[in-house]
Amino acid sequence: MLPIIFIVPIVQLLILVHAATLEMKNIDMYIVDKDLSSTSRGIVQKFESSPFYHINHHSFSMQDAENELKKGNIDIILHIPYGFESELIKGNDSGLQLLIDAINGTAAGLIQSYTQAVLADYNRNIMLKWTSPVIKEKPLSIEITHSFWYNPELNYQTYMVPGILVLLVTLIGMILTSLNLVREKELGTAEQINVTPIRKYHFITGKLFPFWIIALFELAFGLLIGKLIFDIPIVGNLGLLFLFAAVYLFAILGAGLFFSTLASTQQQVMFINFFFMLLFILMSGLFTPVETMPDWARVINIANPMAYFMRVNRMILLKGSGFYDILPEFVSVSIYALIILSLAVWRYRKTV
Amino acid sequence: MNEQKETIITVKNLVKKFGNFKANDNLSFEVFKGEIFGFLGANGAGKTTAIKILCGLWAPTSGEINVAGFDIYTQTEQVKKNIGYMSQKFSLYEDITVFENIRLFGGIYGLSRREIAQRATDLMRRLDLEHSRDKLISSLPLGWRQKLAFSVAILHKPKLVFLDEPTGGVDPVTRRKFWDQIYEAADRGITVFVTTHYMDEAEYCDRVSIMVDGRIADLDTPSALKGKYRVKNMNEVFLKIARIKPDEYNKLEPIYKVRKFK
Repeated sequence: MLPIIFIVPIVQLLILVHAATLEMKNIDMYIVDKDLSSTSRGIVQKFESSPFYHINHHSFSMQDAENELKKGNIDIILHIPYGFESELIKGNDSGLQLLIDAINGTAAGLIQSYTQAVLADYNRNIMLKWTSPVIKEKPLSIEITHSFWYNPELNYQTYMVPGILVLLVTLIGMILTSLNLVREKELGTAEQINVTPIRKYHFITGKLFPFWIIALFELAFGLLIGKLIFDIPIVGNLGLLFLFAAVYLFAILGAGLFFSTLASTQQQVMFINFFFMLLFILMSGLFTPVETMPDWARVINIANPMAYFMRVNRMILLKGSGFYDILPEFVSVSIYALIILSLAVWRYRKTV
Repeated sequence: MNEQKETIITVKNLVKKFGNFKANDNLSFEVFKGEIFGFLGANGAGKTTAIKILCGLWAPTSGEINVAGFDIYTQTEQVKKNIGYMSQKFSLYEDITVFENIRLFGGIYGLSRREIAQRATDLMRRLDLEHSRDKLISSLPLGWRQKLAFSVAILHKPKLVFLDEPTGGVDPVTRRKFWDQIYEAADRGITVFVTTHYMDEAEYCDRVSIMVDGRIADLDTPSALKGKYRVKNMNEVFLKIARIKPDEYNKLEPIYKVRKFK
């Protein structure tokens, strides 16, 4: 058991942080350049020099290109039609075609915006080059520059590590607690305990306290790894983070205890855990932002303790939010913990 | 045997239903202080259900039950303070040591550190387990674990101990030794309530009740029962009561048949 406690966070952080990335680094592009003009070559060159694109195919046949797209070998087709440059020179509107594999909608959206950005950039260049040399000043336009706050380099790891830590703490707290209690039922020690005059809250405290400590330890250990390996920023107050985690864990351990009262075998309780963990994780905002979820899903998320910690962990670590910034989440999680723990303690019966 | 016949368990019209199935159908009996009371019956007759109700583990459907002077509905925790319990499942914590188990259960029953240390030493000397004080329970053979589980169940010196098929799955020699331990406990004034389906063990009890299909079919001393049914041993008493025909008896597993001990 002890090695697992150390290995789990390392493996989870190393694998998930690297693998579960939404950054598009290897966009496979198929180019159908029917124009073969200097402009079209310029466009192709622009993509070739970008680190985000892999240009593995060129051909003149849209049919071939579409077949590749169907097979899933490529992500995007860039179609430059015949006469592209000449139409442009004549001053007519000239068009390009982009065909994107949108089975993964999020990825397709990203590919589209990357590609359009590249094209827009090129567009500006040729506009400047081709407009009359007399007018040397720039055409009037509003220039938008932006900087990203709290994660200036848009480093995905910085975003993921705090999320994975939440996952880790929740897994340890909920699954270990519920499994441990149900295991006692299977072994018969639970019955032996129930026949003693032990107070309910004594037993429950004794059972939950070790996992509370273990989970907080895991959080500390995970943060250390996150700092050493991924160099995640720790902007906020760690004391505040642990205070929140401590309260959050009451809710999670309460849920574990509650699940254990619903099941009589470890298999059953694993199933219950799995059901809720999946919901909690996918709706928590670990991978997809909660803000993009439909309203009804956000209502369901009120009952998702992970969503609160996910938000708060990132807020404290990356933004350096203080106590008043996380107060709403803190209050919510405290109420959550109170409700679920009371429910679990009430459900836990010494006499059935 | 205590001749004053002070009752320690009083059960009146105990009924326990699981859905439509009556596991205990209107049980009424008394157990006297100091006796070894055998609660006999075939598997599924309702013995375990009854014992779990008497220990406060399961709530009865109806009936009046008083254990060790306390009402089972309203004073469940008081009942629990005054009884010991050992189930057919082995129930000490296997991943901690002998002494740690003693300390845990001693602590739960509110014994002081000194009392625990003293009783642990006594207990381990009596069981000849002194050298295993710091061994994990999982490393002990089953017979020893059971002896230890029984001793831990009466560590807090209860008035009454419930044993639910305590000798299930052990060899006859170990069973015999276990019964020596039960006698020892009875000598110290602890009332013993024991369920078993080994009919030979019924001979060791002061009084036995025999359950068939959720009812108590008969209740008396072993010799009175043998006289009543005009048979030589408790096994045949049981068979007569349960109305099993002799040819069916011959097909039974040898384990259910009588073993004679010296």
